[in-house]
Amino acid sequence: MDLKWNEFIITGDPLILGAQISILLGGIAVVAALTYFKKWSWLWKEWLTSVDHKKLGIMYILSALLMLFRGGIDGLMIRTQLAKPGMEFLDPQHYNEVFSTHGVIMILFMAMPFLIGLINYIVPLQIGARDVAFPYLNNLSFWTFFVGMALFNISFIIGGSPDAGWTGYTPLATNEFSPGPGQNYYLLAIQIAGIGTLMTGINFFVTILKMRTKGMTLMKMSMFTWTSLITMLIIIFAFPVLTVALAMQTFDRLFGSVLFTLQGDGNPMLWVNLFWVWGHPEVYIVILPAFGIFSEIISTFARKQLFAYKAMVVSIVTISVLSFLVWVHHFFTMGNSAEANSFFSITTMAISIPTGVKIFNWLFTMYRGRITFTTPMLWSLAFIPNFVIGGVTGVMLAMAAADYQYHNTYFLVSHFHYVLISGTVFACFAGLIYWYPKMFGHKLNEKIGKWAFWIFVIGFNVCFFPQYFLGLDGMPRRISTYLPEDGWTGLNMISTIGAFMMGLAFLIFVYNIYYSWRYSPREKTGDAWGLGRNLEWATTSSIPPHYNFAVLPEVTGLDPYWDMKEKGLDQQKNTDYKPIHMPSNSSTPAIMSALMGMAAFGLVFQWYWVGIVGAVGIFITMIVRSFDYNDGYYVSVEEIKETEAKANK
Amino acid sequence: MLKKLKPLSLLLFLALPLMLAGCSTPEVLDPKGPVASQQSDLIILSIIFMLTIVAVVFVLLTIILVKYRERKDHDKYSPELHGSMLLETIWTIIPIIIVVILAVPTVRTIYSLEEAPQPKTAEAANEDPLVVHATSINWKWVFTYPDEDIETVNYLHIPIHRPVEFKLTSADSMAALWIPSLGGQKYNMAGMQTTLYLQADHVGTYDGRNANFTGEGFNEQRFKVYADEEADYQQWVEDVQNSAPELTQYTYDNLLIPGVYDKTDDGTAEFNGTHLQWIDHSKDANYTLEAWDRLGYEPKNPHAKDKSQNLLTEDEIPYYQQDNTVDYSDENMDSEEHASHE
Repeated sequence: MDLKWNEFIITGDPLILGAQISILLGGIAVVAALTYFKKWSWLWKEWLTSVDHKKLGIMYILSALLMLFRGGIDGLMIRTQLAKPGMEFLDPQHYNEVFSTHGVIMILFMAMPFLIGLINYIVPLQIGARDVAFPYLNNLSFWTFFVGMALFNISFIIGGSPDAGWTGYTPLATNEFSPGPGQNYYLLAIQIAGIGTLMTGINFFVTILKMRTKGMTLMKMSMFTWTSLITMLIIIFAFPVLTVALAMQTFDRLFGSVLFTLQGDGNPMLWVNLFWVWGHPEVYIVILPAFGIFSEIISTFARKQLFAYKAMVVSIVTISVLSFLVWVHHFFTMGNSAEANSFFSITTMAISIPTGVKIFNWLFTMYRGRITFTTPMLWSLAFIPNFVIGGVTGVMLAMAAADYQYHNTYFLVSHFHYVLISGTVFACFAGLIYWYPKMFGHKLNEKIGKWAFWIFVIGFNVCFFPQYFLGLDGMPRRISTYLPEDGWTGLNMISTIGAFMMGLAFLIFVYNIYYSWRYSPREKTGDAWGLGRNLEWATTSSIPPHYNFAVLPEVTGLDPYWDMKEKGLDQQKNTDYKPIHMPSNSSTPAIMSALMGMAAFGLVFQWYWVGIVGAVGIFITMIVRSFDYNDGYYVSVEEIKETEAKANK
Repeated sequence: MLKKLKPLSLLLFLALPLMLAGCSTPEVLDPKGPVASQQSDLIILSIIFMLTIVAVVFVLLTIILVKYRERKDHDKYSPELHGSMLLETIWTIIPIIIVVILAVPTVRTIYSLEEAPQPKTAEAANEDPLVVHATSINWKWVFTYPDEDIETVNYLHIPIHRPVEFKLTSADSMAALWIPSLGGQKYNMAGMQTTLYLQADHVGTYDGRNANFTGEGFNEQRFKVYADEEADYQQWVEDVQNSAPELTQYTYDNLLIPGVYDKTDDGTAEFNGTHLQWIDHSKDANYTLEAWDRLGYEPKNPHAKDKSQNLLTEDEIPYYQQDNTVDYSDENMDSEEHASHE
């Protein structure tokens, strides 16, 4: 790539300059603060090298919140540009980069890590385990995700962002039509993060299957654990497809292969297929854990067991199977045969059957319950009507003959924001607020939380509901501006107002984190809401000790902790402590991932020597790891006694 | 009180844009031809079913939230309730029935759209569909009338009441031809040909565009469709044949350079002769990149400081001095194949 030295750092755009300055100042502030408070060693030893699933969970969630901010800014920039016809806030090239990064960041660097963070923190606790099956791998997963995320995010200040959409369709994404480093960032950053996700999939699949505590059969697992298990299964099947597809496109762009290109009989449409063979199951990877979170919260705050538990399990398994049979609905308009379009129409509509069953089961979980309207419950309740709107428009999109009119329009944009925001984002907020006392020892303020909730939910509807009508009126997605005579001005303006309401709600939410850290009362027990049903609430202290359970709990039925409370059993009474084997922290994953980042950065700019040095480094860290005979340490009975005694103070 | 109103307020949101949009029917639901009509009918049918489902869920949710919210005498509280065979069966079967009801017209319409619309009159039945090749180029549209031997850029005329058989392909990025008033879109792909039947039943001017993202000039890749009475359409064809300049290969190759068409004030043009004499992009995906090479065009990093191009003139390129006509006639140009990959 013949990149000139003065084209390396992006210059000439005031918005980007502002971002560069604030990143620089922010970076200096963080470094200064860590140095001033002498926290470097604490950060490295306690957090960055930690294999504790709880700390990794928190780091995932913090990264995801950061990405929600970044992706949200992208979203607000898109909405500002579209507020009126002929806006000149972003030029088309900049606009294309912004919506491309908005999509990638929100799906891959916000939704997934947020959910994986919650899974990391909660699932081992819910199955009564002390850590995951492969704690070292868990740290490596986090770091590969983090490095992928960092690499992707620097693109807009160094070299230029990808601009071919989050789908990276060929031939648009080939060298001829997307010259420059942008698309390389997309390919390599997602590749690295994707490897981490695949490892997470394997790790948690094994953890849930092999590390459940005594008595917890598969059909006694919490619904969040069930959805996590199925999600991991989907990851294991779907992500290798992405890995291979990304590698193929990388070869096209860097090494001159002709797999998806115009020249040399390449087949660009193969990329579209491969992308969605991964991409559709991906949608269920980010929605199933959300279903799990809502199940937990609705049943907790309705004080009732989940309605039709078995049907819920069968539904998620059915959804996971169907998720691999619908990918063609993303391109009904490719000129497929009528047979193919009919088949994929019907499989897609069929997904609404198990999903509908779940909706009714949630409703009837609350039937004859005692519903309390806490903030996590409000988010879960708002999910139902909003997701139903997203779901029914999904059925409309599934009808291929009608889809020819919706495809590539704001009708589609509105549909997937309805399902992804009211499904995944509401779940992330709900889950974070619900499990916040478990993670940080205090609740988030309910009053501020409710303000954030109402502003967000109303803003969300104001933003996206008009977009259905824009779509039906012929407004395509991804256009950077439109004409006054198109007649889309009013609805676009309303939509933009809604988007800014969501932005405001996010700020209130973040303020609530600060406010609650300062003023919320500290929890004194492990069961912060007093209504806990599953084992994560059965720990002695609000924040579980690093070994989670001093004595592993025994399970006799569904909702085991609720069951124990009903029977008057006290998990803490059992003081028959034995030494606990725990894994040791490790610094190789962080170093290995940093080297991956370095290699990838070299490849982005086709500086092959940087790539080679990085690759050699990766192998060296692998060899170092292979000769690492540290297989953990024991927590002594004395230490357990001490910790447990302190916990109840 | 606020909680009670929540689902209601959502319903209000449902109504609000409907009221706002009420002043004009959305384009897709205001069909101007038989294809768009079939799609509009299907959409309205599905909206009716979907609104029913939404209403059922909203009402149920409201009732449950009001009735079973925490109160002092929670005498209705039944924590042991955890399933009901009857209810579960009901809400499994009803969605299945709805899916079947929607699947039947969907599949029928899918098959029906693969064919040209049924003629309404006996004389129309004798007419073949008008064949128009629609080629997408970054970021313009080229419409080719092979039988009339004319070609237009960024606009087209069609006669009303006669099906138009669009043969879609792309010279470069994947695009989608979409004329919402006349019917749904289909992809244009280089090296492949897809077929889209549309028909206008009303005289008028309709907006058409590329609906699939193709990069920087994507916004501008729009065109106008003029649906005329048969006689007016014939008149237009004759006018073009009589007055439009001859299309040369050099002119056509210049169209292949990425950019918005700005050679004329209104961004449209018409030519005598068609590009099919040199290239059918559905049969040869390499051509565009070869043309770039000939003309000296080089793709540039969008963030490059210097994005100027040094294009060669016709006299400087010996290739254009020779006859490069390709004969596609022995191949089956009117193949019924969809998205046939060469």
